[in-house]
Amino acid sequence: MTAVAQAHDSHDDHGPVKGIRRWLFSTNHKDIGTMYLVFSLTMFFVGGAMAMVIRSELAIPGLQFVHPEFFNQMTTMHALIMIFGAIMPAFVGLANWMIPLMIGAPDMALPRMNNWSFWILPIAFSMLLSTLLMPGGAPAAGWTMYPPLVLQTGDAFPFLIFSIHLMGISSIMGAINIIVTIINMRAPNMSLLKMPMFVWTWLITAYLLIAVMPVLAGAVTMLLTDQFFGTSFFLAAGGGDPVMFQHIFWFFGHPEVYIMILPAFGIVSEIIPVFSRKPLFGHDSMVYAASSIAFLSFIVWAHHMFTVGMPFTGQLFFMFTTMMIAVPTGVKIFNWVATMWRGAMSFETPMLFSLAFVFLFTIGGFSGLMLAIAPADIQYHDTYFVVAHFHYVLVPGSVFAIMAGAYYWLPKWTGHMYNEKLGKWHFWLSTIFVNLTFFPMHFLGLAGMPRRIPDYSTQFADFNAIASIGAFGFGLSQLLFVWVILSARKGKLATAEVWDNPPGLEWTVPSPAPYHTFETPPNIGANIGFEK
Amino acid sequence: MPEHDDNRSLVAQLLIMTVAMFGFGFLLVPLYDVFCEITGFGGRPNAAAAAAVEMPDLKREVRIQFVTTVNSNARFEFAPDVSNMTVHPGKMYYATFTAKNLTSQHKVAQAVPSIAPVSAAEHFTKIECFCFTTQDFLPNEERAMPLQFIVNPELPEYVDTITLQYTFFDLET
Amino acid sequence: MIRNAILSLLGLSLAETATADWAFNMPKGITDLSLETYRLHMMVFWWCVAIGILVFGVMIISLIRHRKAAGAEAATFSHSTTAEIIWTSIPVVILIMITIPTAETMVRLEDSRNPDISIVITAYQWKWHYKYQDEGVEFYSSLAHPSLAARRKQSGIDPFSVENYLLEVDHPLVVPRDAKIRLLFTSNDVVHAWWVPDLAIKKDAIPGIVNEAWFRAKKSGTFRGQCAELCGKDHGYMPIVVEVVEADAYEAWIDSHRTNTE
Repeated sequence: MTAVAQAHDSHDDHGPVKGIRRWLFSTNHKDIGTMYLVFSLTMFFVGGAMAMVIRSELAIPGLQFVHPEFFNQMTTMHALIMIFGAIMPAFVGLANWMIPLMIGAPDMALPRMNNWSFWILPIAFSMLLSTLLMPGGAPAAGWTMYPPLVLQTGDAFPFLIFSIHLMGISSIMGAINIIVTIINMRAPNMSLLKMPMFVWTWLITAYLLIAVMPVLAGAVTMLLTDQFFGTSFFLAAGGGDPVMFQHIFWFFGHPEVYIMILPAFGIVSEIIPVFSRKPLFGHDSMVYAASSIAFLSFIVWAHHMFTVGMPFTGQLFFMFTTMMIAVPTGVKIFNWVATMWRGAMSFETPMLFSLAFVFLFTIGGFSGLMLAIAPADIQYHDTYFVVAHFHYVLVPGSVFAIMAGAYYWLPKWTGHMYNEKLGKWHFWLSTIFVNLTFFPMHFLGLAGMPRRIPDYSTQFADFNAIASIGAFGFGLSQLLFVWVILSARKGKLATAEVWDNPPGLEWTVPSPAPYHTFETPPNIGANIGFEK
Repeated sequence: MPEHDDNRSLVAQLLIMTVAMFGFGFLLVPLYDVFCEITGFGGRPNAAAAAAVEMPDLKREVRIQFVTTVNSNARFEFAPDVSNMTVHPGKMYYATFTAKNLTSQHKVAQAVPSIAPVSAAEHFTKIECFCFTTQDFLPNEERAMPLQFIVNPELPEYVDTITLQYTFFDLET
Repeated sequence: MIRNAILSLLGLSLAETATADWAFNMPKGITDLSLETYRLHMMVFWWCVAIGILVFGVMIISLIRHRKAAGAEAATFSHSTTAEIIWTSIPVVILIMITIPTAETMVRLEDSRNPDISIVITAYQWKWHYKYQDEGVEFYSSLAHPSLAARRKQSGIDPFSVENYLLEVDHPLVVPRDAKIRLLFTSNDVVHAWWVPDLAIKKDAIPGIVNEAWFRAKKSGTFRGQCAELCGKDHGYMPIVVEVVEADAYEAWIDSHRTNTE
């Protein structure tokens, strides 16, 4: 805890140290942010490659490429890597880069802990990925790790548990850092309600992380002791209850899905006003909506479990609380639309991704509302309808928001504009293919295709073929994303403001943002910040 | 350096929160049991209510159906002596089950009870049951195992059949 | 395939015409409750369509009319308490309107009174065991042989040449039409889920726990489903087949199996 911002005052006048040491020992929020983003992009491709294995096998009926055991390993690892390796670190990376710049702080509050929280991640994921080479293969019981099935995992089991512990520790350290930074390091005069939406949503997300990551750690620890130390938390034979794991897991798991979407709400709320040339509609109600979503996320968990056998009152309670989430979520969507209304919109790549986010996330929200209806959920549960639903909120939801953020802030990070034409190509290809991939999955689920199966009855062949074509198209389009980022080195120089009169402190520093910024707190005039 | 102190105390608070939530994860285990007892969630029958007062409701009949499952890890025979009983709520009943060790080894086994429908679980009270403790079996031993139960008169009226299921596990495998 | 994709997009709105061959909507099923479930599904779907038309409509109008390129000048308003109250309260009303019929269906789902037949279903990795509780009939049901041969990796057998590929079993569950069948689920090893879409029943089979569901089939015929909870490597290969037959055919079937229990 001695690692506070002041601790590295001594390097303030220098640029970064040279070579590998710059990255290994970095305490600079911009370097750490960059490392998080690069790591997340790498994991996005690793998890994406696994998705390609899955979609290849499912392209036509019959088993062509992999054995069912390996298929299950792919679905499990794809989920763990995309959730904990791609989406969450991407948001932490954006937080590292942007929160200090947005609140006028010189760095994160706890820079050395920041270094640790990043470097734990590659260790955790090397460990998780190494299980692919172990006897018995990688974990194959789904990312939800339901016992007793997960206890049938081979040698990979302790590595799975330990890597999840490490991911949890990393997220918690990141969350603590973000909270301390936001609470203690805001520039003078930046009251909480003046904070940009991205900072706000991250503050809420960080509290969610601290509240639920330890619960996941507890749940997997119980799995570990059940497996190796003779306890029977979840073993019916010893008086335990396998369903209890599902309760504890989803007590973590539902807030977790909001951990993966709230920062996305924040990014989109930054971008839409800039390209609509109009202030964000209802800034304060956006804050209240995000907080109510966070609160509700704690009391809806059992909607993942309508088929386990639940008393009527329980079903009704969890159904109704789940439906209530539609209200604050609706407020957010209506506010974005109201922000666009009577604006003067232009459609640069960040705006295109944000608009697609609003459209497609809303579709995911609709299927979410449908899934809340307990009797109908009995039919949807564990089918491709659910797969379609959560991919709509996570891919054109979270991932599109991350990409929107990457295009929006890239000129600030690199000092160069990306190629707008290629960015638009990337956008249109991604949007077309993402729908081609996931929209048919709604039909597959409704028609009766369960999820997590390596082969299927011939009546599902057509939609699966379409989804596989879409998936390969989407995967290949992301190579274009990498190219756009790399080729930005040669792009034209960006101004400090980059966009058309954007609000926010990050646009008051030069592009690229110098290695050290806001060493003296900025003087916040009446015009900086949002509505206030 | 006031900011330094602010950071320390905030970090300390957040760490306490983290540890508390880790503990809360484990606290969910007993909480879940309490929750199940109260709501009947998970289909767990009530164990021995201390004050099981008999208040028979002779106008109402409920069918009790006994279902036994022997887990494939257990080399046992296990079955109810009668598979169905018609009972009046509020009245005490007895039933027996017979278990037989099919091996020539000493075995420790346990029967795990569960009730369907879930809405009946909180209204089915076992006064005495072989399932409360682990059961020792000598090689090839066959023995009768008693159950004493009462159905609470507050059983919802839309329930007329209660299934009591036991899964029989060998604890040594 | 593309033709199907376009047709299916049109099709969701014309769901009535769905054919069994390439279904894309929830089946209406063969019980009163499966039909109710289908109707709830369609009701919420239409609410979503209506809200979608409204929200996306406003957004699209805005995207067309309020473009900088079209010479739009940005307004400066940033909140409206009236609007916010309206769009917070209207959804609450809609949600309550959805909840009421749903709760009514849920009450009917709970009502398992007066069952005619109780069947205990025990899940195994990777097959089902059915036991007719009071009839003394019990048997295992696993993937039928033609699918079993074709499912192997690079088996060389075209799945399209196998009838009901992956959805056929050796011994189907046989039940009489118009009788109230009470199903009790449990598991021998890991968590499985017994799902037959046409019965609108999906229930987890959990070791140490018994779960309940019931149905009364209105139509005779053969109805297929699958295990719906990941249960290990052969999760995709433990289908369910339910044959609904007339009462006398059921009696004959029970008699022939009682003498000849498998």
